[in-house]
Amino acid sequence: MNIVVLAKLVPDLVEELEIDDSGIALDMTWLRLIINELDDHAIEEAILLKERTGANVTVLAPDIEGVDDILFTAAAKGADRLIKIVGDYESGVNNLGLARVLTPVIKDLQPDLILAGVEAHEDLDGSIGPLLAGYLDLPFIGYVASIELEEGKATATKEYPGGLSAEMEVALPVVLGIQVADEPPRYVAVSKVRQAMKTAEIEELEAGDFDLSGGPTIDRMYQPEVGESATIIDGSLDDIADSLIGIFKELGVQ
Amino acid sequence: MPIRETFWNIPHWAEIAQYLVGLLTILIFSYGVIRRVRRWLQGRPQRRIDRIGSRLWSVVVQAVGQARTLQDIYPGIMHLTIFWGMIALLIGTILATVDWDVAHLLFNVQFLTSWVYVSYELILDIFGVFLLIGLGMAIYRRYIIRPDRLANMPGIGFKRDDAYVLIMLGLIGITGYLVEGLRIAVAQPDWAPWSPVGNAIGNAFIAFGDPSNRFLHYALWIIHILIAFVALASIPYTKFWHLIAGPVNIFFRSLEPAGKMSAPTSEEEPGVKEWRDFSWKQLLDFESCTRCGRCQDVCPAHASGFSLSPRDIMIKLDTFIWQPTNGRNMLGDTISADELWACTSCQACVDICPVFNDQLSSIIDMRRYLVLEGDIDPQLQDALANLGRYGNSFGKSERMRAKWTKPIQPKIKDARRDEVEYLWFVGDYASYHTSMTDKTLMMAKVFQSAGLDFGILYDGERNSGNDVRRVGEEGLFDMLAEKNLVTFSKSTFKTIVTSDPHSFNTLKNEYSENGNDHYSVLHYSQLFDQMITSGQLNVARKLGYKVTYHDPCYLGRYNGEYDAPRRVMSALGCELVEMPRNKENTFCCGAGGGRIWMEDPPEVAERPAEMRVKEAASLSGVSILVVACPKDLVMFQDAVKTADLEGKLVVKDLIELIVEATEMNLSETEEQN
Amino acid sequence: MNKDILVVIEHIRGEVADISYMMIAAARQLAETTEGEVLAVLMGSGVENLAGNLAADKVIYFEDPQLADFTSSTYQQTLEILISEVNPRAVILGHTSIGMEVASLLSAKSDLPLVSTCLSFSGENGLIKFTSQLYGGKILAEGLIPEPIALLTMVPGGYKPEDGQSSTPPLVTTAAPPQFTDLQISIKQYIEPETGDVDITLQPLLIAVGRGIQLEDNIEIAEELAEAIGGVVCASRPVVDQGWLPTSRLVGKSGYRVKPKVYLALGISGAPEHTEGIAGSETIIAINTDPAAPIFNIAKYGVVEDIFDLVPLLTEKIEES
Ligand SMILES: Cc1cc2nc3c(=O)[nH]c(=O)nc-3n(C[C@H](O)[C@H](O)[C@H](O)COP(=O)(O)OP(=O)(O)OC[C@H]3O[C@@H](n4cnc5c(N)ncnc54)[C@H](O)[C@@H]3O)c2cc1C
Ligand SMILES: Cc1cc2nc3c(=O)[nH]c(=O)nc-3n(C[C@H](O)[C@H](O)[C@H](O)COP(=O)(O)OP(=O)(O)OC[C@H]3O[C@@H](n4cnc5c(N)ncnc54)[C@H](O)[C@@H]3O)c2cc1C
Ligand code: SF4
Ligand code: SF4
Repeated sequence: MNIVVLAKLVPDLVEELEIDDSGIALDMTWLRLIINELDDHAIEEAILLKERTGANVTVLAPDIEGVDDILFTAAAKGADRLIKIVGDYESGVNNLGLARVLTPVIKDLQPDLILAGVEAHEDLDGSIGPLLAGYLDLPFIGYVASIELEEGKATATKEYPGGLSAEMEVALPVVLGIQVADEPPRYVAVSKVRQAMKTAEIEELEAGDFDLSGGPTIDRMYQPEVGESATIIDGSLDDIADSLIGIFKELGVQ
Repeated sequence: MPIRETFWNIPHWAEIAQYLVGLLTILIFSYGVIRRVRRWLQGRPQRRIDRIGSRLWSVVVQAVGQARTLQDIYPGIMHLTIFWGMIALLIGTILATVDWDVAHLLFNVQFLTSWVYVSYELILDIFGVFLLIGLGMAIYRRYIIRPDRLANMPGIGFKRDDAYVLIMLGLIGITGYLVEGLRIAVAQPDWAPWSPVGNAIGNAFIAFGDPSNRFLHYALWIIHILIAFVALASIPYTKFWHLIAGPVNIFFRSLEPAGKMSAPTSEEEPGVKEWRDFSWKQLLDFESCTRCGRCQDVCPAHASGFSLSPRDIMIKLDTFIWQPTNGRNMLGDTISADELWACTSCQACVDICPVFNDQLSSIIDMRRYLVLEGDIDPQLQDALANLGRYGNSFGKSERMRAKWTKPIQPKIKDARRDEVEYLWFVGDYASYHTSMTDKTLMMAKVFQSAGLDFGILYDGERNSGNDVRRVGEEGLFDMLAEKNLVTFSKSTFKTIVTSDPHSFNTLKNEYSENGNDHYSVLHYSQLFDQMITSGQLNVARKLGYKVTYHDPCYLGRYNGEYDAPRRVMSALGCELVEMPRNKENTFCCGAGGGRIWMEDPPEVAERPAEMRVKEAASLSGVSILVVACPKDLVMFQDAVKTADLEGKLVVKDLIELIVEATEMNLSETEEQN
Repeated sequence: MNKDILVVIEHIRGEVADISYMMIAAARQLAETTEGEVLAVLMGSGVENLAGNLAADKVIYFEDPQLADFTSSTYQQTLEILISEVNPRAVILGHTSIGMEVASLLSAKSDLPLVSTCLSFSGENGLIKFTSQLYGGKILAEGLIPEPIALLTMVPGGYKPEDGQSSTPPLVTTAAPPQFTDLQISIKQYIEPETGDVDITLQPLLIAVGRGIQLEDNIEIAEELAEAIGGVVCASRPVVDQGWLPTSRLVGKSGYRVKPKVYLALGISGAPEHTEGIAGSETIIAINTDPAAPIFNIAKYGVVEDIFDLVPLLTEKIEES
């Protein structure tokens, strides 16, 4: 059983985001890049599957600054193979471009299962999982919260809004978009990551030129204005409380 | 002339037999000792042979002098009398042996004669009384008072072992006196009054019949000798072993400052999974434990109802090592993860153990393994991940670390750019915690108005790693320390000051390990003490409050600073009423060792912080609990709410008292500048 | 030149999802600029009645037992054919566990440009623009909707569900889907959420607590307010994840969609996954210390204050009156 997990780095929303001078991109100076949280869940799910079935786990990630850390961390958790896709990411690469580059790479790896976080908060042109499924001509199930593997097929539990979920059976190979792993991503001790840095090897694959065609272009980026739609109630705490009570009354909830 | 006549009435064969039995005893004893030593040697190496002089001295004070044992009065006196009673009799017996078997046999002289002999008789008789009194106290305590700390042993056989020791010592004493009494009754030497107990027994023998019953003497003598030999031979196999392991353990104790934790004994495999992963010294700890339970009595986790007892950790590990495991694992089956995570690293157990065990080091070494395995509480996991990513446990951006400084004018110096005398290491809680930041502002303003030349590191500061290290995440500690040290090296300052005792501890004791010794570290209470003494800080108003004070573990027990905060409070005109548990006996608030990042399990009846605020509230006339640690403030403020003491007790940071007493108008300072 | 706007109606277990009405409202606005029609696409089996209140010009209803349950493949294959036949200007889908994956699949398979997480649209002089919510709602991005045919996925917030509803039933044409090929996915069973607690979707007043509440014990201040005013406490995911409140109280993408009269958000930043669940609320009132918190973008009233200062006071005053 071969599992390929896609992981990528995204801006950390803990930091304040700023727009650069071009007005159509984020200012990178203050940006901290971290692993897309849902990709972290995808890696965890893959490792859990490996622990249960002895699968072989390959983690694949675009070569953006900091990628070595997330790959070595994955190795410390138990990933067997680490690959980074080297290329020119400077001017921004959309998911379509990435999916097009990843398609032949993934074909070569002959995976039975391809996992990715179901989305990332910077996806403008669609999510990488279903895009890849489209290019690879494979089925896709997203918002998956748990996976069972059997010979030649997988049972994935997909979550719908409102707490409803559905168990879906699908023939392998399949692309699954992970929403949450069976268990929260495990903590790896720093010393284990450091050890992985010494023992694990990161393979590099050339992306070549990215074909970004088909994605939308951004003309303007901006931060939503403060309280764009909200009427801000201010004054002393006392006044505010009184105003709120007034509003409650007006709306008939008190 | 008084002289000791040994082996009278004892047939020659018995005398010979005695020596044969003695030889056998030595063999059995030696085998037991060798077996023990071979176990120790299977542990990982650890260097403990420096400073021989201090080590020997500590054996004299602690093993011979029983200094620490005596800190607990009843059991202290009890143990001292048994110990010294037995030692004196042993010395007496050795003297008698030398007198007879060496001096008399080889050189045909005897030194136990005349006044030497009679004082010898008297002294031994007195110590015999001590022994019996001590044993009586022990029996009364163990079987009638039955304190908690001696109860609920983790396993069977311990009761028998405890009773065995008392019975053997009792029998040796009683038969000894009887033999002596018989001798006096028969020989009726002139110097008999020098053996008051023996003489009394002798007189009783005379009163009740013919004492010159040779068989009675003969039999008692044999019983006495046999019991003594059995006791000797059993030393390495029973609780008696602490007689040897204890002093040895004291000799090899750590002489490092308490605040400097040992790094993992193995770099490749940090942490302890199997018993052989412990250091030899830790294995020696387990064997030295006398099951006295003192550590359990002071353990805040145990008091709260957590499954942890440091006593049981020691006992269970010792049992695990010596008994067939039957497929049971040390970690998981014998010692549970819950027990290990319950520890607040308060050091109380380590500080009280009469044989100088370091229970905490074993707990942390096992935690190190759990961390490596990822076997940790989800909240702790979040905290560690945040610390790794952002350098603080709150998961906030480091750019927000100095957000609290916004209202301050003029801007606080950035120690990375401007040279300062004092580098203020603010710490996570004081920087980020919403209940703390107003106190942090106060401190800044007090510093400013006192004209202190100080700066902070702004977004360059990272969590100091003190508690990360005690959680067992050594790699993350190294990382955090490295980052801070790099920032320190780029900054120019003379002294670090911090309000956080945890940071204080590691900056002072553990950062220096990495060769960065060009600065000193002060706790803010120490700095304020200096500033008040030197007149730099002017106390305008005596507060006249009746307060109590909580010694933070990492300031007090770990670093011995009890006086500076007390001097500050007294200079501010506060009358200090001590809580029953103060100074070295302080009771942890429950936040240390990473516990502040973990969820309390449901079995926790009353959190340590709740017990502590109740202790404070029970003092008559006291309504203020003064703290000198940001975590204490957060913990106790919460505990005051949960223990329903609101309105009865307020928790105040030392800095609040300073602001009041210096009559500093905070908003005014702002305007002035 | 293609002009029509297709809207893929989302429904689950016999109910149209609110986002569908919002999409229709958005489509109406777009169709005005493109001067085309709003065509709603309904796929399913025996759900024709769901078309009844859609404010669309036409509803194309694909009836097939294989469409009874949602799978990305059947939806994608049906839409692929439909798009090539209708040749619309845009296809709007929900940015949800249904629409999002269909849209991405279609984009790759049919080589159609996709713009996701659209909050709103605007148009003038025949040009139509999107405003998309990126980085958890912290950044908005604007651009032209690519030509000639674009796929759009929408998040709630820009349009009101009422504007996508109509009392006059639209014209419904029933069609047969294409012959499905290569179907690999089958539904084994649905798993119902645990029930037993109060149903937060039926409450008129919800007091929602977010990570700003900081500690489990602090939830009490919200409970006290709820008790005083007669509401029910619910929460954002971090709070539920900690186990401080049961999952039955979770609001948002992975929890419940609520539609109270008043939604009072205490210390909630307003991440899109959360706001998705509250878009149906009549009035949102947010209390948050961070004046830049995205929750203020969808709230009707905002208070920039510390909840620990304000909420206990509010409770006190309500109790007094
Ligand atoms: C509490 C305690 C106090 C002790 N105090 C002393 C002490 O003060 N001095 C001391 O020497 N040892 C003392 N001992 C040691 C102990 O009493 C034994 O004396 C010692 O262990 C045995 O050593 P021994 O062979 O030297 O016999 P000893 O007791 O020195 O010699 C035997 C003596 O027993 C007499 N004797 C006893 N019974 C008879 C009998 N039925 N018929 C005839 N003669 C009899 C003989 O006169 C002879 O002098 C004490 C032991 C204990 C536990
Ligand atoms: C696939 C997926 C599904 C998800 N599903 C859901 C879901 O169903 N529901 C959901 O809620 N989330 C969901 N999330 C998580 C979502 O992305 C956000 O992380 C989450 O909603 C944030 O919760 P929050 O607003 O409570 O916390 P935060 O984003 O941390 O916001 C806390 C807010 O409290 C404010 N604050 C702090 N202290 C105070 C104070 N004292 N007084 C006033 N304000 C204060 C802060 O300024 C901040 O704005 C999902 C995420 C993913 C990826
Ligand atoms: S360090 Fe403190 S909490 Fe830990 S075992 Fe010892 S006494 Fe208990
Ligand atoms: S470890 Fe020390 S204090 Fe604790 S029971 Fe053993 S001997 Fe006593």
